[in-house]
Amino acid sequence: MRREPPQRPADYGPLLFPAGMLTLFFVVPFATMIAVSFFQREQGGFYTPAFVFDNYARFLSLFFGRVLAFSLFLAVAVAVACVVIGVPFTYLLSRSKRNIQIVWLVALLSILSLSEVMIGFAWSTLFSRTAGLTNLFVWLGLMEQAQALTPSFGAVMTAMTYQALPYTVLVLYPALVRLDPTLTEAARTLGASPIRAFFTVVVPALRNTILATLIMVFIFALGCYLLPQLLGRPQHWTLSVLITDQAIYQSNMPFAAAMAVFLVLVSLALVGLALYTGRQKEAK
Amino acid sequence: MSGLNLNHVTKQFGTFTAVNDVSLSVPDGTFVCLLGPSGCGKTTLMRMIAGLDLPTGGSIELGGADITAVPTHKRDLGMVFQSLALFPHLTVGENIAYSLRIRGIAKDAQKARVEELLAMIHLPGFADRSVNKLSGGQRQRVAIARALAISPKLFLLDEPLSALDAKLREAMQVELRQLQQRLGITTIVVTHDQREAMTMADTVVVMNKGEIRQAAPPVDIYRRPADSFVADFIGQTNLIPVEADSTGRALVLGRIVEGLALPAGALKGMLSVRPEDVQVTAPGNGTISGTVTFVRDLGGAIETFIEAAGQQVIAVSSPRNRPEVSVGQQVGIRLDPATSVVLAK
Amino acid sequence: MIALRRLFLTAVGLFLALPLIVVAGVSVNQRQSLAFPPQGFSLSWYGQIFTNPEWRNALIASLTLAAFSALLALAIALPLAWFLWRRIAPWANIFQLLGIAPFTLPPVITALGLLTFWATTGFYGQSWTAVISHGIFFVTLPLVTLSLGFSAIDRSLVEAAATMGADDKTVFRTVVLPLILPYLVSGYAFAFVLSLNEYIVAYMTVGFTMETLPIKIFNALRYGYTPTMASVTVLFLGVAAIVFGLVARFGDLPKLLGAMSEDR
Repeated sequence: MRREPPQRPADYGPLLFPAGMLTLFFVVPFATMIAVSFFQREQGGFYTPAFVFDNYARFLSLFFGRVLAFSLFLAVAVAVACVVIGVPFTYLLSRSKRNIQIVWLVALLSILSLSEVMIGFAWSTLFSRTAGLTNLFVWLGLMEQAQALTPSFGAVMTAMTYQALPYTVLVLYPALVRLDPTLTEAARTLGASPIRAFFTVVVPALRNTILATLIMVFIFALGCYLLPQLLGRPQHWTLSVLITDQAIYQSNMPFAAAMAVFLVLVSLALVGLALYTGRQKEAK
Repeated sequence: MSGLNLNHVTKQFGTFTAVNDVSLSVPDGTFVCLLGPSGCGKTTLMRMIAGLDLPTGGSIELGGADITAVPTHKRDLGMVFQSLALFPHLTVGENIAYSLRIRGIAKDAQKARVEELLAMIHLPGFADRSVNKLSGGQRQRVAIARALAISPKLFLLDEPLSALDAKLREAMQVELRQLQQRLGITTIVVTHDQREAMTMADTVVVMNKGEIRQAAPPVDIYRRPADSFVADFIGQTNLIPVEADSTGRALVLGRIVEGLALPAGALKGMLSVRPEDVQVTAPGNGTISGTVTFVRDLGGAIETFIEAAGQQVIAVSSPRNRPEVSVGQQVGIRLDPATSVVLAK
Repeated sequence: MIALRRLFLTAVGLFLALPLIVVAGVSVNQRQSLAFPPQGFSLSWYGQIFTNPEWRNALIASLTLAAFSALLALAIALPLAWFLWRRIAPWANIFQLLGIAPFTLPPVITALGLLTFWATTGFYGQSWTAVISHGIFFVTLPLVTLSLGFSAIDRSLVEAAATMGADDKTVFRTVVLPLILPYLVSGYAFAFVLSLNEYIVAYMTVGFTMETLPIKIFNALRYGYTPTMASVTVLFLGVAAIVFGLVARFGDLPKLLGAMSEDR
């Protein structure tokens, strides 16, 4: 069967439902959100149609600047941590036996699908005074007394890395599986040790993939909204948390919408960059 | 007029012309091979006959009716694809019964027909097997049986044997030809393998660059090629320039070859001589003189490479009358006008 | 070298497993206290999920939402993926982009967009809005698996069916659908499991009128600890592992995740 352009109007039939649903329930809500971001906020959680930039002007405050800077910093830190662990891990995974790969993949998918609430709960337990890691350290004689490790930046960072690592691995997996194994074998015959071969052949060959993955994980981490609330202090709140907070608890929809629009712009720019670096890879 | 008729069929993909003004008449019950190098338009031509591609010009008639615009599923065809296209989710029997099931034929009639076809392809009792567990040759046979299930008016095969190894391919060629003769079905095969075409076809259609260069029985294609492309594409040949001298006699490699004539009025042409028709003799005596540059002994045949007037000529002889020559030796070449074909340049 | 490799894999495995081990441990505590290693052994907190009406309702809400929204996601993705495979219509790719966007952008964006939309249209808080919201949010998953599935179908199979007398509809029913079925199932499975676990979109659309399990856990966390949270987490992890395990058992998981197929 050759793919052919639709001949009759009826040929467009299958597109009707998907296009309608996506337009009505994704494009329209999106547009609504953009519209609301320009609305005027009223007292008591209401807002009226208007075209004001007040909500965007609030970005210019010091508080917002700090939140934004922290969000970006946290997302970068998580992305780097995930890629540093994820690349060698995925490389080893892709060279394992098929059955072992499948077991790991099932485990990774299960953790990836685990609710952020549950991950937050799991880590808060692990970092708690009564049931946490520190009990283990006390038992080993490394610590005098068990203590809570939350709320802290380290806790937020660890849990977010935990959440994003399966995602990182699954993003990297296709590229690493397809990497020609004779590349490293060639490096080995030329005298490189396995570790040297990994850093001199695998990593450079995947430079663009790694870059694109960094960006994808960065966006993933930007979307994290519960872990900073559950495991951090208010100064560890990210843009996503702030948006939720403004929308639900402060009932300031226009401001939340404006922040969301801003987040979209940042994300889209980064997705574009990721696609661009991805394409560079193909061009090579 | 019955049979299959192609009238000035043309297919363009954008600016590229895949098939250019092809006309061909296939009488009922004949076996036709479309032969040519890859990209010559033979597959596109077959896809248009099947209705999988629509011609951009011309018309196709089958059994006297114009089928140019009839969709594939209403043409009552049987087609074997290059990839065989066996449905992986169906068993052997279900694959063969597919076209019967589509037509709403009763279950037991389907079953009987499947058994009949399985017997025909020498795979009785295979109905419940998975097609993924068959060997290459078995898959081949199942694809053929599936295509023949409804006793189609037209049997089309697109490079059907290309996936098989050489030995099996040759056996299947013979089998396919015998099957076609037994059923008397009009059959068209696309192939790039000239041996395959020569083995099976009543008519070989040689195509190049979207056009038919010659359509004739295999022996004629070999013995009487229409042009230098056909001569060169079918088998091995020596293509030697030929000129007419002032009296109209043919001058080949500096010698007059008696009995050979150029078409009236032509001053230059190309001579096609099959290697087995080149006689190597002692030098002189009116022969073309040349030097042996290489001798290849293939066991079943001996090829002698001779350079004459800057042109390479290859002669093939059987081991029984092996020419006693060695590299560097001066020899004479004799061409028989009866087996040499003068082609327009 | 092999030892180093083992060490690294074990370390990553431990990092991934540790929180889950602790959660599994506290889920079997005898008393309602957060303690590890567990004091005593009791499965009563697992029983709670089904006997306590609040947890049971949340479980039912989650399962219903996941079942219907995954179905909706599939209903949107199947015709779209089929059309994109069957036809040349470059502008239709925009819908593929729209299908992938919700999952690629930070989820809070989709959540807020839907919140403003449902609030504006006056349907805010109705439970069916959550089904549509999740259906749209997770349409990416079946769309990706189905696109993969379609690209794996040899187009000559469709042509072969046509030469044997099957029209477009019959081809779809007898050839395309059976071949795409594994991808259909895995697309549903992915959407189902993720919908089960999703928090923010559900919270923003129906958070005040309906409690799914993740919402229930989050709400409960604010008032303190109960071991039922732990048992629910373990239960959900088990469900995910079983579902993905089944996908791996009956499908080609590495291929589904972008690796080339082992056979052929």
